[in-house]
Amino acid sequence: MKIQRTIALAAMLAAGAPAMAQDFKPTRPVEFIVAAGPGGGSDTFARVVQASLSKSGLLTSPIIVTNKAGGSGAETFIYAKTSPGDPYKLFFGTQDAYVLPLASKLSYSLDDLTPIAAMAFDPFLLWVNPKTSGIEDVKGFIAKAKEQPGALKVGGAKAKEADETLMTLIEQKAGVDLTYIPFKSGSEAAIQVAGGHITANVNNPSESVEQWKAGVQKPLCVFEDARLEDKTVIADGMSWNAIPTCAESGIDVKSFAQPRTVWMSAKTPPEAVAYYTELLKKAAETPDFKAYVSRGAQIPRVLTGDAFKEFIAKHKASYAEMYKTNGWLRAEN
Amino acid sequence: MGNFGQLMDGFAVALTTHHVLIMIAGVLLGLVVGVLPGLGAPNGVSLLLPLTFGMDPIAAIILLTSMYWGALFGGSTTSILFNIPGEPSSVATTFDGYPMARKGEAVRALTLAFGSAGIGAMTGVIVITLLSGWVAQFALRFGAAEYFAVYFMAFASFIGMSGGSPFKTLVSMMLGFACATIGMDTISGESRLTFDWDPLIGGVSFLIAVIGLFGLGELLITMEEGVKFEGVKARLSMTEIFRTLAELPRYWATLIRSAAIGCWMGITPGGPTAASFMSYALGRRFSKRGSKFGTGEPEGVVAPETADHSAGSCALLPMLALGIPGSATAAVMMGGLMIWGLSPGPMLFTTRPDFVWGLIASMYLGNVIAVVLVLATVPLFAYVLRAPFKVVGPIIAVVCVIGAYTVANHMFDVWLALVFGVLGYAFKKLNYPLAPFVLAMVLGDKAEDAFRQALLTSDGSASIFFANGLVATMMGLGILLLLLPAISYVHRRFKPDGAREGVVSVVAAARYDGRDAPATTAGQ
Repeated sequence: MKIQRTIALAAMLAAGAPAMAQDFKPTRPVEFIVAAGPGGGSDTFARVVQASLSKSGLLTSPIIVTNKAGGSGAETFIYAKTSPGDPYKLFFGTQDAYVLPLASKLSYSLDDLTPIAAMAFDPFLLWVNPKTSGIEDVKGFIAKAKEQPGALKVGGAKAKEADETLMTLIEQKAGVDLTYIPFKSGSEAAIQVAGGHITANVNNPSESVEQWKAGVQKPLCVFEDARLEDKTVIADGMSWNAIPTCAESGIDVKSFAQPRTVWMSAKTPPEAVAYYTELLKKAAETPDFKAYVSRGAQIPRVLTGDAFKEFIAKHKASYAEMYKTNGWLRAEN
Repeated sequence: MGNFGQLMDGFAVALTTHHVLIMIAGVLLGLVVGVLPGLGAPNGVSLLLPLTFGMDPIAAIILLTSMYWGALFGGSTTSILFNIPGEPSSVATTFDGYPMARKGEAVRALTLAFGSAGIGAMTGVIVITLLSGWVAQFALRFGAAEYFAVYFMAFASFIGMSGGSPFKTLVSMMLGFACATIGMDTISGESRLTFDWDPLIGGVSFLIAVIGLFGLGELLITMEEGVKFEGVKARLSMTEIFRTLAELPRYWATLIRSAAIGCWMGITPGGPTAASFMSYALGRRFSKRGSKFGTGEPEGVVAPETADHSAGSCALLPMLALGIPGSATAAVMMGGLMIWGLSPGPMLFTTRPDFVWGLIASMYLGNVIAVVLVLATVPLFAYVLRAPFKVVGPIIAVVCVIGAYTVANHMFDVWLALVFGVLGYAFKKLNYPLAPFVLAMVLGDKAEDAFRQALLTSDGSASIFFANGLVATMMGLGILLLLLPAISYVHRRFKPDGAREGVVSVVAAARYDGRDAPATTAGQ
């Protein structure tokens, strides 16, 4: 009896250990923590993932979404640091996870996070209101900016982040002088352009598309290597595909898209990391998520594992470079 | 009247048994959420959002907006009964609602609050129906300078109102501004006043301050002074409710003024909280019984409640038409719209008229249902006051602490609320008004952002604040409101000169003093 039991136990352990390692399955509610306020880009991203997981039955445990938007989202990643190894917490953001510590003194670093996936890439466009600004294309934009240095006001979300970085890149590559005006969100900046209060803004497609349809905003160019793929006509007889790249029209800024990223805290058990990586890969294939990606004219590119880590290292280095040029880089970096 | 036809179509969409049941469920859920301080409408709507993923967008938005109405009503309940505002926008309701409850008039105060709130909401919805096409265009005219002018008017009307020691008002307001600057600065992207300390990086939530200053602060005072609730005397009959409702038309001037302020602040970016404060301040100045504000004056309940709800309804319009949420709850709902596959913006009215007008029709129905339901709960809530303080007191303390935790699930917030509780106690002991502190905390950082954005746009020239008719008018009105106390002071000082310090001047001075003196209690 005793021997039998021991053998059985040993067999169970031998067979069970690797099986268990692959078989992480959540038994409690899973928490999604969002590094942005309600209604913001990252918030919509997290809630769409939540909807696509629960509607498709990929994840049966309840999902709770909480927003920790403080300090431009740093609050979320600081929170990640305080709960190391927790397999029930996923953190949603953009490049902010590794870019924020470049400029501000924060108590977390990239080592406190485990990268899980980048689920889509949101491109940036340059927008104007053609009626109030009299600008119809990039040429006109550059000409106007050269005419009165510093007089063109460009709006964007927050200070010393993606939007302002992009604006300084435009200044450098086109050899112009612009004035940046930070707003709380990208959609706020878009409305200011639509109302003719400022000249232009840099924005993700989803934040300005409705104003484009209403004829109060017009995209000048997209900051990507190649044009966007979607050929459905959106407004003015134009599709996303009809918008020229900025590089081909005179502002040599390529591939500035921001990744929609998911993280876990450091020391998360590898089986949990593997589980969520697979889960998010499947989520990206659901109709809900695909609809979200195409609605916002995002680039459907999923990165996980080493490919994602490689991307992070490169992206972080390029931001560090740009921050250095702008004088925003913290001394320790 | 194309709008009217579309509204009728909207009613056809909203008036199904399924949708009406959803409204009732939404309102009831909202009431629960609104009564708990800290939980609030934004959190409640955010918790409910996952449930709506499987619903069609119209049913989903009806559920969320009904919950919003319920929460707005629920927020006033705790303001009146325990001096704890359940929602930021019901802070101003505490100023007169709580004294009324303490005088044994809880039923009357609650009924007045709900009745005037219903009227305010209705006005808001009617404004939305009539002006929906125009508002979107109008809102586009608001640049940073115009935003600042709106906030400036709110501040000015409030300073004009505080008659107590100007020094104390100023100290209180400046402390509020200081609290509002904690955290990440939008314009420079730098952290301010955080001392590199993690818990402060997200800033200090306004809700935490309110729970501490009002709820816990009041509790400490009550414990020390042994103030008794005269709840036992409160009549709980339904006739009392109807009698109070019949009393409402008497306050027509206050109702109209407050509804106008509310609609204005809802359409412009002021929002419900600023609207209720401004309405209270202007009510105090222009009402015949303004001098009694702060001591349990019915009009002091009617004014902020009407404005709060008309602003709350009107604030949904900029969200739908521009994609700019007018309040925190609207922001969560906007996120919902995007998940249901709708894009808020100028085209929504054209592409999905069934959705927009179904929603507007549901706002009419939802508010009627909400008013009826909350009025039915009045006796129940008033009954709570009959319990002895040794039972109610600890419950209030527990509710405050839980509320502070629920705001963002931070233990730190609980400690912060306790600190604010002590601060609130000190403020009251030293006769510093709390209202300017709260107002500065709510609008301080928004006003600052708008001011700096405007100056960036104009390359540093202040002329932008008078650059066009719209902004110049608002700034002019603001300055006038700001100078009103000074003007009336000069008026009373120098006008009676001809009478050579006669009886007339004494009478005049007494009359004006009567109007300004009770301001010390404004911070209630």
